[in-house]
Amino acid sequence: MKWTVEWTAAASTPDWNQVLRSQGLPEGEALPTRLVGLVDAAFERYLALAEPRAILGFVEPDVFAGIYRGEGLNSHETPLESIVPRASRLALFVATVGQRLSAEIGDLFARHQPAAGYMLDAVASEAADGLAYAAGRELLARLQDAGELANGARVLPYSPGYCGWHVSGQRKLFAFLGPETIGVTLNQSCLMQPLKSVSGVLVVGDSATHRVHPTYSFCDHCGTKQCRERMASVK
Amino acid sequence: MDLLKSIAESLEHGDDERVHALVTEAVAAGLPAGDVLNQGLIAGMGVVGEQFRLREIFLPDVLLAARAMYAGLDVLKPLLARDGVPTAGTVVIGSVQGDLHDIGKNLVGIMLKGAGFEVVDLGNDVAPERFVDAAARSGAAVIGLSALLTTTMSVMKDVVDLVKARGLKARVIVGGAPVSEAFAKDIGADAYGFDAANAVDRVKALAAGA
Repeated sequence: MKWTVEWTAAASTPDWNQVLRSQGLPEGEALPTRLVGLVDAAFERYLALAEPRAILGFVEPDVFAGIYRGEGLNSHETPLESIVPRASRLALFVATVGQRLSAEIGDLFARHQPAAGYMLDAVASEAADGLAYAAGRELLARLQDAGELANGARVLPYSPGYCGWHVSGQRKLFAFLGPETIGVTLNQSCLMQPLKSVSGVLVVGDSATHRVHPTYSFCDHCGTKQCRERMASVK
Repeated sequence: MDLLKSIAESLEHGDDERVHALVTEAVAAGLPAGDVLNQGLIAGMGVVGEQFRLREIFLPDVLLAARAMYAGLDVLKPLLARDGVPTAGTVVIGSVQGDLHDIGKNLVGIMLKGAGFEVVDLGNDVAPERFVDAAARSGAAVIGLSALLTTTMSVMKDVVDLVKARGLKARVIVGGAPVSEAFAKDIGADAYGFDAANAVDRVKALAAGA
């Protein structure tokens, strides 16, 4: 079963302070008026232009296994290989904040307004990341309504391109979901258009579902380690 | 001279309106456009870059300074072209094929322009051939490659190999969350920039032939 979700721009707007934190600004830092104006302008543009929406679809584990294998380019050992068998439900998703934002970001850079373009890019990126979690909440609500949500169930999104899941996995994911209906397409490099879009699998399970051993070969090359923090945060 | 110092200081404070006004005043006073650029705007951005490198200021402060820089450049650009003032060099930048993350790359582009470089930004998902073709066409001294994904960083080696195969003189610098000095060395890149400010320093060194 597949379904689409639309949010208002306001509902998908990221936290004002989080946008600044993601750019390295320490919490509690006094902000100059000009900076507040720059960030406010970016949020105003976001509210005016965002068209957040998603498509989700339940997927059976055996079907997902084929999608996950993709074109055989995943890393040798990956977290999802141990996470998925423990999951109670899986759903694929693609979500986007829409094309108008990407176009506006490009226009701002082209009009030699890099500060405004960069700040809008930062807001839109935070918002797009947030949609993966919003899609997860939609999934939990749907399971709750159907009486299929176990006590203590948690959901986390996992995306192609991260943690050993090769980005070429997008092709089978897109073939399954058909996100063209919400305006998201894939290019030859398996990148999504509009740019500010997210995709992946939503894994539902108890907190133990999302625990994995701490390192994989590809972790050596990763400077962020965000996924470990994310998985560890599920309690 | 005081006027140029005021331009630099106003830029450091991200005061775009004042920078625009002061640059206009400097031009009206007959100061050479090259001096206004180098001793005013670029000098100010140099201080901003150094403060950013030392973590004394933060990314949004750099953005405000960049906005002020552009406000000054709006006035200067026609004069720089008329006077034939040379840039610090040309740099081709982009996120490698398969990678759509360009926030870091955009910041490097902004800071390179602030350092006086001509920047050819190819965007994201850039195939190796496009990097090399753009560098050959523009006579770029440096090619800057960005990747955020561990699954796309291998494309950087394809670009390095192609630059060598085509016999280009352009030097290659790599950067991005999964990239390291060791990785850069492994793939034969000329430099690694661990953040935007460091990348600008390394590009300056590469462009100077170091």
